[in-house]
Amino acid sequence: MIESPAATEHIQAHPALQHHFENMEQQREAGTLGMWVFLVTEIMFFGGMFLAYTLYRSKFPADFASASNHLDITLGAVNTGVLILSSFTMATAVWSTQVGKRQTQILCLVLTLLLGLTFLGIKAVEYYDKYEDALVPGQLIPGRPFGPEVAQEGDHDRHKLHLLPGATVEHVQMFYWIYFAMTGMHALHMVIGAGLITFLIIFSVKGRYDPEYHSPVEVIGLYWHFVDIIWIFLFPLLYLLGRHFEH
Amino acid sequence: MSEHIVPVKVYITIFLVLLAGTLLTVLAAFHDFTYHLGSRTFALNTPIALAIAVTKATFVVLYFMHVRYSTRLVWVIVTSALFWLVILFALTFADYWTRGWFSIGW
Amino acid sequence: MRAIEAFEPPPPSKVNYINAQYGLKSWLLTKDHKRIALLYLGSITFFFFIGGLYALMIRLELLTPQGDLLQSTTYNKVFTQHGIIMIFFFLIPSIPATLGNFLVPMMIGAKDLAFPRVNLLSWYIYMLGGVITIYALLAGGVDTGWTFYTPFSTTFSNSYVVATGLGIFVNGFSSILTGLNFIVTIHTMRAPGMTWFRLPLFIWSHYATSLIMILGTPVVAITILLLAFERVARVGIFDPALGGDPILFQHLFWFYSHPAVYIMVLPSMGVVSELIANFSRKNIFGYKFVAFSSLAIAVFGFLVWGHHLFVTSQSVYAGMIFSFLSFAVAIPSAIKVFNWTATLFKSSISYDTPMLYALGFIGLFTIGGMTGLFLASLATDVHLSDTYFVVAHFHYIMVGGALMGYLGGLHYWWPKISGRMYPEGWGRFAALVIFVGFNLTFLPQFVAGYLGMPRRYHAYPPEFQVFNVLSTAGASILGFGMLIPAIYLVWSMRYGKHAEANPWHLPGLEWRTQSPPPTENFEHTPIVDWEAYEFAPPEEMEVVGRFRRELETA
Repeated sequence: MIESPAATEHIQAHPALQHHFENMEQQREAGTLGMWVFLVTEIMFFGGMFLAYTLYRSKFPADFASASNHLDITLGAVNTGVLILSSFTMATAVWSTQVGKRQTQILCLVLTLLLGLTFLGIKAVEYYDKYEDALVPGQLIPGRPFGPEVAQEGDHDRHKLHLLPGATVEHVQMFYWIYFAMTGMHALHMVIGAGLITFLIIFSVKGRYDPEYHSPVEVIGLYWHFVDIIWIFLFPLLYLLGRHFEH
Repeated sequence: MSEHIVPVKVYITIFLVLLAGTLLTVLAAFHDFTYHLGSRTFALNTPIALAIAVTKATFVVLYFMHVRYSTRLVWVIVTSALFWLVILFALTFADYWTRGWFSIGW
Repeated sequence: MRAIEAFEPPPPSKVNYINAQYGLKSWLLTKDHKRIALLYLGSITFFFFIGGLYALMIRLELLTPQGDLLQSTTYNKVFTQHGIIMIFFFLIPSIPATLGNFLVPMMIGAKDLAFPRVNLLSWYIYMLGGVITIYALLAGGVDTGWTFYTPFSTTFSNSYVVATGLGIFVNGFSSILTGLNFIVTIHTMRAPGMTWFRLPLFIWSHYATSLIMILGTPVVAITILLLAFERVARVGIFDPALGGDPILFQHLFWFYSHPAVYIMVLPSMGVVSELIANFSRKNIFGYKFVAFSSLAIAVFGFLVWGHHLFVTSQSVYAGMIFSFLSFAVAIPSAIKVFNWTATLFKSSISYDTPMLYALGFIGLFTIGGMTGLFLASLATDVHLSDTYFVVAHFHYIMVGGALMGYLGGLHYWWPKISGRMYPEGWGRFAALVIFVGFNLTFLPQFVAGYLGMPRRYHAYPPEFQVFNVLSTAGASILGFGMLIPAIYLVWSMRYGKHAEANPWHLPGLEWRTQSPPPTENFEHTPIVDWEAYEFAPPEEMEVVGRFRRELETA
């Protein structure tokens, strides 16, 4: 007996089921798969920049180390912690949606958003420091071209650039455009992620998600964790690469 | 439902592991891991930092992103993305690493 | 008895996706993959004729050896814009976004693509990219060549590089979203019984194309972004004076742009596989070989980009690797050609218009592919690089391959898309004119290129004139040939003969529903219990009738 599954299941279909899916399971599977495929494109997108980083770092090791040592390692490490914590709260948000704890779900999403904004705030402080020290590459900021002050022997002013032997200011700029391109692109992804989580919070408060329909929380969670992973690589590659030359 | 619900205890463990990893990578960065073996020099700081980062990322992917409990298809997607990244790096550096090997003398 | 009534098919209704709703809004806000396919069809046709106008200007300028019609700077812009429009706004979306969008859900028995809203979004993104690019062209154009090589594009060019780059960057996302939608749809939305090896080969080739779209496009997106960054801020990314490496740009650019050639030709191969099997009324020879060769092309296509860099400062060792890998990519392509010809062997071929295009494709693609091997060889490439030989080679792939497949597919599925038949006599005539015009345009260019005529110049030594006159004559015939289908297809939408559900009497799922299909494609979710290309008597190749018969016997 051939029976069309659609005919029987539309009777008690979940309100969130879209017309072209047979059931919630198929819809959830498609959503998750779609996000994974999208993350593949993101990996390739950042991959191009990691390639440029690898090439120029191997070409100018001393210059990259000097430039990296000028970054604020404390703020970088704190930001790493903030982002990891936000990933944890995001994972908990997914879990609480799966088991149907709505209060916890909303709380976790709000915490994730706040932590994301904290990250962006700290990042903004760092960017401002770099602007003060005239480390924004090229002519990107009109009226304040790249041109850091170079520290002389024995000068410990932390606003001046301390060059290791063999490093030149010109190639330090190489590091800084990569730094701004990569962290800027990462920050842009954070901003988009914060927008998506705001959207999740609004619909959570309206009670849209339940154990049967939690695909959006799960999918945006995947995106958020991915952004976290990018930072897990950016932190050592940008902040830590030349610290052992310092003493 | 084929979906697996990961208990919160697992998430807490992973979170602590990630924090420890961050601490470890900062501490390791200040120590000089350059070794000399005969005439060759091994600068191990970057490999160590990358190893820690890869470990941390693996934990995030496996647990926070549920890949450990996901279908084979998701595994295939994740590995193929990494494979294509390897293609991009390997073939580009096949050029850069071998540039100095051969000179016609101009 | 009540159960049987429930399965009684409704009376043949005239409601279909085209007349289900009326008004501009119902089109601009549609989530129906078939309507979005038509939106794409209209837009890419528009861009095709713009690109064609630029081609016309190129050919007119090259009619005489002196630069008389266009100045060298204008000529630079004209060939650049021809390339950009044709590649990014016609060839890459051509088959996937129109035929693919229309047919992928229908061929696997789904009601729509997995993400209908994303699908509509991709069309809007495409249009936004198009508008930005057209703005750049009207504001003053761009003269870097479609390849945007640095440092010319970042430092020296006085044209609208950033605006054009932005248009291409935006357009890239539409291609990513299409690819993402196809992959998810093919994985999760197949009808019951539609196993992977029952999928039509059109689906396999679209799957492979989508892989390239999602893996390659992001890399060119970031490359163009870095290019714009460098041009605006002068930070030295690709500038040798500041320690940057211009060859890095070429690596990143061709990592996408070489596989992009396979984005253009793979869907076309899918169409041709359908046409060859269906118009020789025979199961395709070596189904699995054809299916997996599509995936192999998608993978190998990513390993060969360095053959565009043979005459740069790329290391000779990398050159050798890339040369070897470029030869390797010929293997899966050859597998396809051999399987197609083996399918034709001892079959009953009907020479309808779509089949004429398919046969044309096989010949032209073979020529294009074989001349590619000349260019994959390190030594011959030094002689042939940047000559008209290269131009002729890639036009054989892109026009002789991708465009022939597109036109063949458009005619083949036209009854399904529009519900009307195209005029067969005119169709065959146009196919013949296009074939002759195409060969007359590009065969002489092989010779001119081999003799040393460089590409991208508006003037040339007089000894090359004979080839250029032939080429321009051919281009005129080709351009005329392109106008014929444009006219009669539009004509047929109103005056063509009404098409039945299955005018070609074929087994594919898309032929087992009415023409044009209803909004959700099928009356019932179809259940597939036949293999791909399994030809049967006409009455068995119909889903509704099948339901009825099985109930009667039950």
